[in-house]
Amino acid sequence: MAVVQLPEWAALAPALILAGTALVLFLLDSIDPRSTNRPLLAGTAVLGSLASLVVAVWFTAAGVGATGIENYGVIDIMDGQFVVDRLALYFMIIIATVTALVAVASYDYLRDHTYQAEYYSLVILAATGMSMMAASNSLVTIFIALELTSLPSYALVAILKDNRGSVEAGLKYFLIGALSSAIFVYGVSLVYGATGSLQLEAVATGLTNAGEMGGLLGLGILMLIGGIAFKTASVPFHFWAPEAYEGAPAPISAFLSSASKAAGFVLAFRVFTTAFPLEATTAVIGVEWTWAFVILALVTMTVGNFAAATQENVKRMLAYSSIGHAGYVLIGLAGITADGGEFVMGAAMMHLLVYGFMNTGAFLFVGLAEYWGVGPRFEDYNGLAERAPFACAAMAVFMFSLAGVPPFGGFWSKYLLYTATLEAAADNTILLVLAGALVVNSALSLYYYSRLVKALWIEEPIVDRDRLAQPTALYAAVIAAAVMTVVILPAFGPIENAAIEAAAAVVA
Amino acid sequence: MMIEILLAVTLVGALVTFVAPNRIAGKLAFAISLVPAALSLWLFAAFDGSGNALLDGELAFESQASWLEVGDYTVSWFVGLDGISMPLVVLTTILCTLAIVSSWTPIDERESQFYGLILFIEAMLIGVFSALDFFLWFVFWEAVLIPMYLLIGIWGGPRRKYAAIKFFVYTNVASLVMFGSFIALVYGLDVSSFALPEIATAMLEGGPDGLFGLGGSALASIVFVGLFLGFAVKVPVVPFHTWLPDAHVEAPTPASVLLAGVLLKMGTYALLRFNFTMFPEQVEAYAVPIAAVAVISVIYGAMLALAQTDLKRIVAYSSVSSMGYVILGLVAYTQFGVGGATFQMVSHGLISGLMFMAVGVIYNATHTRMVTDMSGLADRMPIAVGILIAGAFGYMGLPLMSGFAAEYFIFFGAFGSDLLAYSPLFTALAMFGIVIVAGYLLFALQRTVFGPYRLETDYEVGRAPVHDVASMVVLLGLIIALGVAPDLIFDMITDAVDPIIGGEL
Repeated sequence: MAVVQLPEWAALAPALILAGTALVLFLLDSIDPRSTNRPLLAGTAVLGSLASLVVAVWFTAAGVGATGIENYGVIDIMDGQFVVDRLALYFMIIIATVTALVAVASYDYLRDHTYQAEYYSLVILAATGMSMMAASNSLVTIFIALELTSLPSYALVAILKDNRGSVEAGLKYFLIGALSSAIFVYGVSLVYGATGSLQLEAVATGLTNAGEMGGLLGLGILMLIGGIAFKTASVPFHFWAPEAYEGAPAPISAFLSSASKAAGFVLAFRVFTTAFPLEATTAVIGVEWTWAFVILALVTMTVGNFAAATQENVKRMLAYSSIGHAGYVLIGLAGITADGGEFVMGAAMMHLLVYGFMNTGAFLFVGLAEYWGVGPRFEDYNGLAERAPFACAAMAVFMFSLAGVPPFGGFWSKYLLYTATLEAAADNTILLVLAGALVVNSALSLYYYSRLVKALWIEEPIVDRDRLAQPTALYAAVIAAAVMTVVILPAFGPIENAAIEAAAAVVA
Repeated sequence: MMIEILLAVTLVGALVTFVAPNRIAGKLAFAISLVPAALSLWLFAAFDGSGNALLDGELAFESQASWLEVGDYTVSWFVGLDGISMPLVVLTTILCTLAIVSSWTPIDERESQFYGLILFIEAMLIGVFSALDFFLWFVFWEAVLIPMYLLIGIWGGPRRKYAAIKFFVYTNVASLVMFGSFIALVYGLDVSSFALPEIATAMLEGGPDGLFGLGGSALASIVFVGLFLGFAVKVPVVPFHTWLPDAHVEAPTPASVLLAGVLLKMGTYALLRFNFTMFPEQVEAYAVPIAAVAVISVIYGAMLALAQTDLKRIVAYSSVSSMGYVILGLVAYTQFGVGGATFQMVSHGLISGLMFMAVGVIYNATHTRMVTDMSGLADRMPIAVGILIAGAFGYMGLPLMSGFAAEYFIFFGAFGSDLLAYSPLFTALAMFGIVIVAGYLLFALQRTVFGPYRLETDYEVGRAPVHDVASMVVLLGLIIALGVAPDLIFDMITDAVDPIIGGEL
């Protein structure tokens, strides 16, 4: 039906648009290096990410990646080095949405900063890497995309050059990141050694010849998990996260904890379902890799939530809570069984989408508070609602949603995850423990989330504040995230089905 | 579509009020709240349902659309009204309008947020009484908590933070127990959705098969107890009542009106819908302990009220005993028992709303609520005090007022109960509660309103504002109307109650 047959690489358009936007920003920067033309720079970044979002949504609606539609279906690019399927598009949507929100919010946040153009181009470049990660289908392209995401992120965390915390955080992030990359790439080489391939499907085929090299392969897989754990801020590679999120500019914290984490997860989902089918891999290495994720999920959610409960600093609390949420999503991998698991993986993906809105929004609210000059501790947030009822109402929505209180999106995605875990427990009883841990941790999280709501709405302010400024863009981003957290409810059914369908395509 | 419009109007109104300037928020909220009130009255007039929403018969204003899939279960947007929920929806909309009017005097900061939250609660309450899908219902049920937490926490009295947290933690934990129990039941049943009618039918046609090694009847019993505990906190029954006096005393007057008038009814309404509709066997098995809890609530609540010197605390504790009557009526499991319990929900909503408003008016004028600080108020604010006395008589069950009709139905129903062993004994004990109620109310009235005028504060007491009196008069009118002609709603109620107790349609 198509009049002009587009080349296959055009299917990567959501990522390519981002790459193009980054280049435009570079161009603008080289024309006028000291430019402080914020509307132009932020506008370019927002437009680029929105274009990427629109294309990704359009591809999904048009049926790219869906099986059984002529001329579409899963699109392989460069002999399967990249693949555009439902899973890739789903995560491209999450990444583009978060990027757009972050870019909008940065407009106000970066008011008095130099390096405007650098900032936006780094953000968009990192987003490009994440988008590529969603589509990467070979350990090589995955590694390149991973580094494309990581390098700008290190710089972004340290971009507040006058702030010691920011620079220190950047350094710490960089050192741990480099170490994790090394571990990851070493794992890649071990997997290559055992199977003779890097392309994910070929790795799966190569498993049959891996025969005696089970130990080698097992070690390789373990190292891959290490790399993924770094990217998703999972225990034990989590300890960079609180420092980095605390030191980084708030929009960057939002970006890293939502988009970057989602990218890390799509990577994990794809690698482990495509390259290491459970049964075949178990035959070689002698132990089910889901065990690693069961332990990882349990430890991550518990450590994250307990640590969050003891924080005095709002940003650190959010950082640890985001570690806790990584633990919830890891259930998606822990629940995969030999003959399925698409429901639990789809539920985890659904949680990532909702999380993309509520967590980004929460960090952006912190950005708003920083913009107002509010301090970092809970007490400093006391009584803000009197001055800024809307933003604080939005924050209350984020907090209750993160805690999983109905009627907000977080309740539904957590409940879905819980049901899916119970269903997966029929095949693998140990998941009952994870389901229980999910409930207990959620209940615990209500304590520290509601603490912030209480500070905002109920406590008396400790300092007298004049009228607070109302930065339009930051406000718009925060309110938009809050509205999405609620408005997602009517569309929850279709999106959920899309997520499960996407998961089913790679699991099967 | 009518229920959706009702919800949408109220929600949009809440949003509009939230953004409105503080200066006009009160009047604006009142104007907006007239729309749902009028709509609900129109629904009431046009009501043509018969039977019970969960069991049998025709629903009024029903609408259903599938929403999302959770595993193998469908969650749907499913709302409708029957003879039990219709009066409660009207009660909600009317009380919210009056609560808004009664906030005009005491609320003087962050008005737009305050009225926005009140309208938001109103929408969620309408949702609770009209939702027929468990998930939808639970969403509304939980969504009431957050605004009420804020209302108490921001606009409350000196110990508001403690009271707000206590309220939130108590009711939220209870909700979790209830939620967990019910979900376990649904997984054990052979159903494909969370629609309450489907679940009720499946329960009555054999019950659950069992789950995780538990047998069917054991599961049903556990769920029954779990649900009962979950709802008992909301009602509240002794010994889960301790959050209530704190929340009531610290809450601002309009929040107290809503808390006592409608929020407590969520608990008894849920008990009726879940425990007493879906688990007839368990009701029979646990009838005696439940009746004992009910009677203890009646007597103990009344005795606690007798021991208070704070006027608001007296009214707050009296709710514990009134709700005890409702439980007694439910467990009687007769037409008059269950119907009377439903009638009492409406009646107590009106009377306790009136009493809290009257106490609020007195507090606004005198700045004290201590019985010991006041005397002879009747001289200075005759109309308001007259209404307070009338309300107190309504509480005591004076004939021709709704309280009398409600209590009469309940006692009549409980006395002749076949299900409840020793029912005459329980009824007689509960009736003794009336004596204590009359005792503490008369005692409080005698010390505050009669005798020579004396007030141990520096305030000059004048007549109550017209709008406060007007809203109380409306309530008093409704109380008398229902007392004179209980059939205004009782026929509707019995239509819906009959299928529960196995009677004719």
